[in-house]
Amino acid sequence: MGAPENLNKLFKDKAEAVSAIVSEVASLNEALSYAVEICDRKEACQLLISGCEEELSSGAAELCEQKQKKSIAAPALDADLSQELASLCHAKGIDVVTKDLRKHVAGIDIGFTVVDYGIAETGTLVLDSSSEDTRLATMISEVHVAVVPKSKIRPTAFEVENELIDLMGQSPNYTAFITGASRTADIERVLALGVHGPLELHILMWEDH
Amino acid sequence: MQEAKDLKGYKQEVQDALDNSFLRTAMDNFAVAYRTGRANAFAGLDVENLIAQIAASKDSAIGQMDALFDEFKANAEKTGTRVHLARTAQEANEIIAQIAKDNQVNKIVKSKSMTAEETLLNHHLEAQQFEVVETDLGEWIIQLRNEGPSHMVMPAIHLSRYQVADLFSEVTGRKQDSEIERLVKVARRELRRQYLEADMGISGANFAIAATGTIGLTTNEGNARLVTTLPRVHVALVGLEKLMPTLNDALKVNRVLPRNATGQGITSYVTWITGPNACASAPEGQKIFHIVFLDNGRRELARDPVFKEVLRCVRCGACANVCPVYRMVGGHQYGHIYIGAIGLILTYFFHGREKARNLVQNCINCEACKSICAAGIDLPRMIKEVHTRIQDAEGHPVKSVLLSKVMKNRKFFHSLLRSAQKVQKPVTGGTPYLRHLPQIFAKEHNFRALPAIANKAFRDTWDHIKPHVATPRYRIALFAGCALDFVYPEQLEAAVKLLADCDVAVDFPMEQSCCGLPVEMMGEKDAAVAVAYQNLTAIHPEPYDYILTLCASCGSHLKKAYPRLLEDDASVQKELNEFADKIIPFSQFVNDVLKVEASDFMPSKLKATFHAPCHLCRGLGVTEPPHDLIRKAGYEFVPAAEEQTCCGFGGTYSSKFPQISAQILEKKLEDIQKTGAATLITECPGCILQLRGGAVKHGLDIDVKHLSEALADKHKKPSS
Ligand code: SF4
Ligand code: SF4
Repeated sequence: MGAPENLNKLFKDKAEAVSAIVSEVASLNEALSYAVEICDRKEACQLLISGCEEELSSGAAELCEQKQKKSIAAPALDADLSQELASLCHAKGIDVVTKDLRKHVAGIDIGFTVVDYGIAETGTLVLDSSSEDTRLATMISEVHVAVVPKSKIRPTAFEVENELIDLMGQSPNYTAFITGASRTADIERVLALGVHGPLELHILMWEDH
Repeated sequence: MQEAKDLKGYKQEVQDALDNSFLRTAMDNFAVAYRTGRANAFAGLDVENLIAQIAASKDSAIGQMDALFDEFKANAEKTGTRVHLARTAQEANEIIAQIAKDNQVNKIVKSKSMTAEETLLNHHLEAQQFEVVETDLGEWIIQLRNEGPSHMVMPAIHLSRYQVADLFSEVTGRKQDSEIERLVKVARRELRRQYLEADMGISGANFAIAATGTIGLTTNEGNARLVTTLPRVHVALVGLEKLMPTLNDALKVNRVLPRNATGQGITSYVTWITGPNACASAPEGQKIFHIVFLDNGRRELARDPVFKEVLRCVRCGACANVCPVYRMVGGHQYGHIYIGAIGLILTYFFHGREKARNLVQNCINCEACKSICAAGIDLPRMIKEVHTRIQDAEGHPVKSVLLSKVMKNRKFFHSLLRSAQKVQKPVTGGTPYLRHLPQIFAKEHNFRALPAIANKAFRDTWDHIKPHVATPRYRIALFAGCALDFVYPEQLEAAVKLLADCDVAVDFPMEQSCCGLPVEMMGEKDAAVAVAYQNLTAIHPEPYDYILTLCASCGSHLKKAYPRLLEDDASVQKELNEFADKIIPFSQFVNDVLKVEASDFMPSKLKATFHAPCHLCRGLGVTEPPHDLIRKAGYEFVPAAEEQTCCGFGGTYSSKFPQISAQILEKKLEDIQKTGAATLITECPGCILQLRGGAVKHGLDIDVKHLSEALADKHKKPSS
């Protein structure tokens, strides 16, 4: 596969090919700002969540109503980063959710995670999701913002095989490969993004050392 | 689902499917788009090698199924997972219902699982008053419609957006727009709350890794992640064939599965679950996790020397995607629950003879499925073997018994053909076609003109036309095959003339007979073996450089099927190998061995296109030589779209399922017409019969020729 730049480029190309939005960040703080920024600025953080504008049955419509505020879920951050995120969000009137994500199944605007590995061949993220909150942050959010440390990008899944085996050895374990946004082609084979999971996947390639 | 009582009922269902114009267009678009998508996804990868790796790893796992189960169970139980083995579908359903009862479950959410379709799990659970909601969009749609899947990967491919909109209007009680984007959003919101309300999630698994007791799930929608996360109980229903020793085996499969299934490098989500994970709604904060392995005949299958390779299947669905018959009739008529080529076979093993009887006859033997299978399964062969087994168990139909009797006796067979020639006058009106179809043919056979038997068979003229070549470059034996010998002798004569001009000594061993493919296609394996012996005795390979054939179907049968049909007879192996090795199709011999040049032919301005016979391009792997030869012979070669798609002939197939054959032919002729070529060249008499008959019937101004005629017409006489 050659030099790391090639690997990074391949990763980026492959991820973009499956509709991920890929950018670079120099630090985790910058990544947090990015997440808050898109939540604040873009339509992604509407009060109304995706699908709730449609004609729904009363049960489904009720669930829509449970979401009252813009929110970012970031369940696995260390104390410093949590603090940083909280103050960034506070300024913009955004809720930060760090636990009990189950209570927010109605919808969360942004799920923020730092993943364990990247796989260049397919533009895939590998994330140990054994914590239920981490799992849900990547499932029920409208937009998933994921940071991938560049040092952790490998050519193919076979180069993370041993690490995966280690993870599987520490049962219980729930490890996810995530590639692009949630998608379906079940109606007339027409591609539609965001059927059950995130409508958008943003990947921030982090220049760690 | 197969509800038809007999072949007649099945044909009626097939006809209904053929008349469904939405289905026809959807399938046509899909067939074309799939091939491009797959090719892109595999670009730069050595596909054959990847497939061979999967086949090897699967074969090894199948060989140690019981041991892998024990290993998986031991490792999973260490983590607190409960592992069950269900001998039958019924038992699996009962185990799962019991788990639900034990845990006071009311509502169940499911992610897609073909194995659960196999056991009809939903019916069982619903009968016991559990509420079951499918969460995969396509599965949800067909569940709401009370239907089975029509494709293993895209279960609702037979439905239009309008049908879905009507359905969703009913479900939500609000009028829905037919815009797909919006329908998907409606499903997103309607299903979201179901996860939360459910007490139990049921999933399948694509991989079961023995070394760690891990299951792997591949999905695009992400519903399986929610199904395995939100409810407090998770049950995975897994076929025993999903067991594999290590993660490495799973990663290998995962490299091919999504590429072959949908042309994706990988699915959006691949989820690896080991042990009962954290779950806030579960009593101890930890999921109640059960894995139910399903036998349902798999362990017996794993011990079957012929059929065990069927268990390699990774359920990519590709064998349906490329099947010309699936394309015409759709999944509800091309399978029972499992669909496509593999469906024809699995129906027999999992759902019984009754359901499989009609299905296995509906294979045209084009080998498209075999050439694309992610696990390298010889699907057409398996289908024929199942057909034979069913006939062995139920008694062979009179027609096919008679035919196989006749075939075993070459002289009698040939004399029958000769007398048929004499009595056909009234139906040919002296033309080369059967003008009035004899009574035995129903009206539905009238979709193409049928050729008459030639006045004189090739074998009966051989003594007169046999050329003398003084100093031959090569010696070949000519294998004619019935159609060329008795219907199209002029195509053989053209070849013989060209070969003589190129200093090739040609022999025609008189004792040769039908290659035997038609009888094997009718499930008469005994007769196929008997005929193979006859031909092997008739043509001793030793004195010849090659055994040449102008019929691609004969050629691939002689080369690929004989070694398998006679594999148990050690005494003929040496000769058999030599025989098979020396079989060569006409185009390959003339182009690659004789190496004819453009200068050997007279130039012409004619536009010609080519139809690649199934058994030439896939059966024998010959694709370029005919193109080269058409160009060398001075034609302007214009390739047709879908050149390698079957023409719909399939030997006896076209008389068994004429309505499907006719539709496939129609599509083919459209592609040919679009090239604007006045000459259509091919290399198999069956294809000629079908294409020429179709062109005549439709009044098209297209000259259908065997490659031998196209070349002989333009070949310059050698100057010496
Ligand atoms: S051989 Fe051809 S017709 Fe038969 S199942 Fe395979 S693809 Fe379909
Ligand atoms: S038989 Fe082969 S092509 Fe068909 S679904 Fe199975 S693996 Fe895929």
